[in-house]
Amino acid sequence: MPQPTDITLSAHRLTRRYGTGLAVAELDLALQRGEVLGLLGPNGAGKSTTMQMLTGNLAPSSGSIAVCGIDLLEQPLLAKAKIGYLPETPPLYREMTVDEFLTFCGRLHRLPSIELGSAVQEVKARCGLADMGRRLIAHLSKGYQQRVGIAQAILHKPDVVILDEPTVGLDPNQIREIRTLIRELSANHSVILSTHILPEVEAVCDRVHIMHQGKIVFSDSIEGLRRSQQTETLLVGFSRPPTLAEFQNLTGASDAQILEKGLFKVHCTADSTRAETITQAATAHAWGLTQLSPERTSLEDVFAGLTRTEEKNSQASV
Amino acid sequence: MIRTLAWKEFRTLFAQPLAWVILAVVQFVMAMVFFWYLSQYFEILPRIQQLANPPGVTEVVVGGSFYFAAILLQVAVVLLSMRLFSDEYRNRTIALLLSAPISSTEIALGKFCGLMLFLLIPVALLTIMSASLALGGVVDWGLIGANLLALVLLLTAYSALGLLISSLTAHPLLAGFGTFMALVFLMLLNILATDPNATSNYLSPLNHFETIAKGLIDTANLSFLVIVTTTLLVLTSKILDRRRMQG
Repeated sequence: MPQPTDITLSAHRLTRRYGTGLAVAELDLALQRGEVLGLLGPNGAGKSTTMQMLTGNLAPSSGSIAVCGIDLLEQPLLAKAKIGYLPETPPLYREMTVDEFLTFCGRLHRLPSIELGSAVQEVKARCGLADMGRRLIAHLSKGYQQRVGIAQAILHKPDVVILDEPTVGLDPNQIREIRTLIRELSANHSVILSTHILPEVEAVCDRVHIMHQGKIVFSDSIEGLRRSQQTETLLVGFSRPPTLAEFQNLTGASDAQILEKGLFKVHCTADSTRAETITQAATAHAWGLTQLSPERTSLEDVFAGLTRTEEKNSQASV
Repeated sequence: MIRTLAWKEFRTLFAQPLAWVILAVVQFVMAMVFFWYLSQYFEILPRIQQLANPPGVTEVVVGGSFYFAAILLQVAVVLLSMRLFSDEYRNRTIALLLSAPISSTEIALGKFCGLMLFLLIPVALLTIMSASLALGGVVDWGLIGANLLALVLLLTAYSALGLLISSLTAHPLLAGFGTFMALVFLMLLNILATDPNATSNYLSPLNHFETIAKGLIDTANLSFLVIVTTTLLVLTSKILDRRRMQG
């Protein structure tokens, strides 16, 4: 069990109302040191609102937030010193050079003048900005601007780094670099990352919270998330296909469906022997098996399933 | 911290061509005005010498120029203050300031000081022009000092007003227009006042500027401008806090 001191960021019953609507409803969250937490959800699920509250940009309607044990609402300045935040739109002053901007950010976070220079150099090296110091931010490409955004978030070595959709709008190479950077960050910082891209969560996160309509509808480790979707689908193809009824009878797969001519879709759990039964039946009746491939439920399906069930539930409760 | 913010704001102003244009135009116009007052002074000199207590060169030339500067720099305040917060809101850079361990008061004061630092440039140039009168005659240094103090205090009040209005909207033009209308209104309170002791005249910062510029440096006039500036700055920091509440 982790010690209580290992919790760098915790939120308790965090709620945010906009007029009559609830953007975030009674959200609980705890982040351990060295952990990367993915906040996943469709657009408008309340991810950005949550992050704005966690960074003190937005006051919660109710609930509490503590950063390394310091209450964010009661001692905002002390708590904010321990947070690095990259909002959805990187907050960059376009008319400044990278060096000027990062130096300014360092001063904002009250880094002592002696450490400032080396801190800027270090963060530039880490974010691949070493040769960009004298460039105007306005002249940088989107990918480099995003790196400057990340650089300002980690410059003062905060305990918690909060990144709101850090890879949005980047090309695949840049996405890979940013993901590597985030993994590296988790060595010394706790990271919260929001995204609506599932592979991103799989690639970088240790734990995932799926948000929908302001609530956390799923919360587990990445392994847990993968385990929860063990139900797999088999795609079976034949060159001399049986009829659906024949197939169902001979293989015992009563839920089989025909996708197209000669291609069946069969549900099977990971530990069942259905694949074996199908192969045996296919050989015995000379159907000419051409394909037997597992179609693993993608995270997208889980995600869609979770968010759709929620909708049904909420409709039912109305 | 305020110094960091002010210095950043000051440098940002210089990154825009607008600031340079303003400096150049203001300096050009002020030089013309200064020269015009000077030639006027020489024109009326033979006549006013008959008077028992004739106005000196400082009173006519420096007083006139500083009054003109007080009107002209209103436009500079409008153009320079309108972006201070509006641009931060529009470009979402305000998040950087709000997530940093600094208070709303520090943010407001930092921006205010940055703008004042810039406005001090044309004021300093005007003061140097005024001091140059000493090359050819006797100047009333006390009166130059009074004018300088009056103008700086007036500009602090105007800048604080511009800053407050800029903190209300994400549209710089709207902020600029709002500040412009507010300043015109305050100026008209003074210019259109038939009775100099009317309440409306008392509410105009320009009225207090004039009194101090004449050399009447009393607590009432000084504290009026200081209190107005302070109130507006406090309001600005409250607005920033409120944005955090409302999102």
